[in-house]
Amino acid sequence: MNQYLFSLHSDGASCQTDMAPEEMQQMFQRIQALESEMKSGGAWMFSARLTESDSATVVRDSNGETLMTDGPYAESKEYLAGFYIIQAADLDAALVWAGKVSACVGRPIEVRAFAGFQS
Amino acid sequence: MSSSGDSARFEPESVDGPHSGEVSAHGARAPQQELDAEQIGRTFREGSGRAVAALIRLFGDIEVAEDAVQDAFALALKSWVKDGLPSNPSAWILTTGRNRAIDRLRRESLGRAILGDLVREQSLASGEVDDELDPLSDDQLRLIFTCCHPALASEAQVALTLRLIGGLPTREVARSFLVEEATMAQRLVRAKRKIKSEHIPYRVPSESELPTRLPPVLAVAYLIYNAGSGRAPASGVEDRCAGGAEDLCAEGIRLARLLHALMPEEPEVTGLLSLLLLNESRRGARFAADGSLISLREQAREGWNPQLILEGQELLRACLRRDEPGPYQLQAAIQAVHADAARIEDTDWAQIVAIYDELLHMTGTPVVAMNRAIAVAEVDGPAAALTLLEELELDSYYSFHATRADLLRRLERLDEAKLAYRRAAELAPTEAEREFLKARAN
Repeated sequence: MNQYLFSLHSDGASCQTDMAPEEMQQMFQRIQALESEMKSGGAWMFSARLTESDSATVVRDSNGETLMTDGPYAESKEYLAGFYIIQAADLDAALVWAGKVSACVGRPIEVRAFAGFQS
Repeated sequence: MSSSGDSARFEPESVDGPHSGEVSAHGARAPQQELDAEQIGRTFREGSGRAVAALIRLFGDIEVAEDAVQDAFALALKSWVKDGLPSNPSAWILTTGRNRAIDRLRRESLGRAILGDLVREQSLASGEVDDELDPLSDDQLRLIFTCCHPALASEAQVALTLRLIGGLPTREVARSFLVEEATMAQRLVRAKRKIKSEHIPYRVPSESELPTRLPPVLAVAYLIYNAGSGRAPASGVEDRCAGGAEDLCAEGIRLARLLHALMPEEPEVTGLLSLLLLNESRRGARFAADGSLISLREQAREGWNPQLILEGQELLRACLRRDEPGPYQLQAAIQAVHADAARIEDTDWAQIVAIYDELLHMTGTPVVAMNRAIAVAEVDGPAAALTLLEELELDSYYSFHATRADLLRRLERLDEAKLAYRRAAELAPTEAEREFLKARAN
């Protein structure tokens, strides 16, 4: 079994708050149904939706001192909105799940495998 | 026209591969070695395709398989000279490569761990050498579908296919696509790394997956053929060397033949082979002695290859019996109608329009609509065709402007025609096309 990260990126424009409440509700239901399917399929390991990126904090070490800044690491319109950690036999299996997630959330999903310890 | 069956070739990167330390007790026979090296090379290349595919299955790693074959080649150069060519080169390469790979892996601590896994997984069960060359050639199918995996970019798919299935050395693949060898090497390294790191599986897709997995395979073969068909066939020795137009067309057809042999039940595979053969039948007549382009209208049809036409048409008939039409079959059908006409005037344009109607319905792309318009011009006149073109968004496509130019010329709107030819020439992808269009502009 191999692990994969599915990351969901938002661009500033299609914020979830722009959706009508019924649409949001329907999307959440779809997502829940899919996650149920992933869990019974043995694929789901973890998933999360993240808070707004402008609420992020960046922490840096500078000569032993911890520095903090308010805001995301990268100044860009796109930011990480959420992620899934999946286990799958191979990329083909992972891509099937990713396709379903993408259809559910209406956004592209980036799929990346976990690197092994020996490369 | 070389159409040497469906065996894939594999040529290792360099003639001087690493030596495994085995010294021939009989010593080197230099003069004879010179003579046999080419024969050995050819026989090796023809037999190594199946061996590479089997080694990838055994070791689960493309690099290990490539190194194994390279080692086997170095040995072949010595032992085939001494003992003659083996009766089954593929089996020889597989056994030798397998043993060399095991030796190599044993020498590396990482390798020992991999070996342990493989023995545990039973894929390296001892004493089953004869069974390892998959008689159904599933290994070659696995390799083709892996090279053409949709998670890889098209240019990576093409590079991997030419390297691993076509057996071309990296420098030849690079030359074929007019990139630096280092660039192509990097492209191959990245693709192989992705296959490994993302765990792209080495398998033949299931029946239900074929609709998404087969098109990229066919597209790669078509792309390889087309990359060669835009240039005149070899006139001199230089072009006959690897990377010339001749080789790419031959590679495309060889690949299509291999696909057809491996998947005889797939009508689109048959359709693609038919299409390539029919296109190839005209290639000799498409270029003048100086390499300039001759239009279909002006080609000397005696220069069309009748055997290729016959074979193409026969394959197409086999497709039609299946009655599962698809884009490649339809394109082949169009070329077959052209092949049926002894002179341009005899062309059944109405039938071509009908086939385009079906193709357009199936694919709906503007380029197909454009090509349909060209046929419509022959049936309903250039004005009708021009109207159809007006609806299309193909401003950056040179062929669109060339088509418009030709229609305008036939309608005697010469100033507009001139402008359109110039625009087409600006956008033309090859020298031959550019010259042809510039000449038309005047």
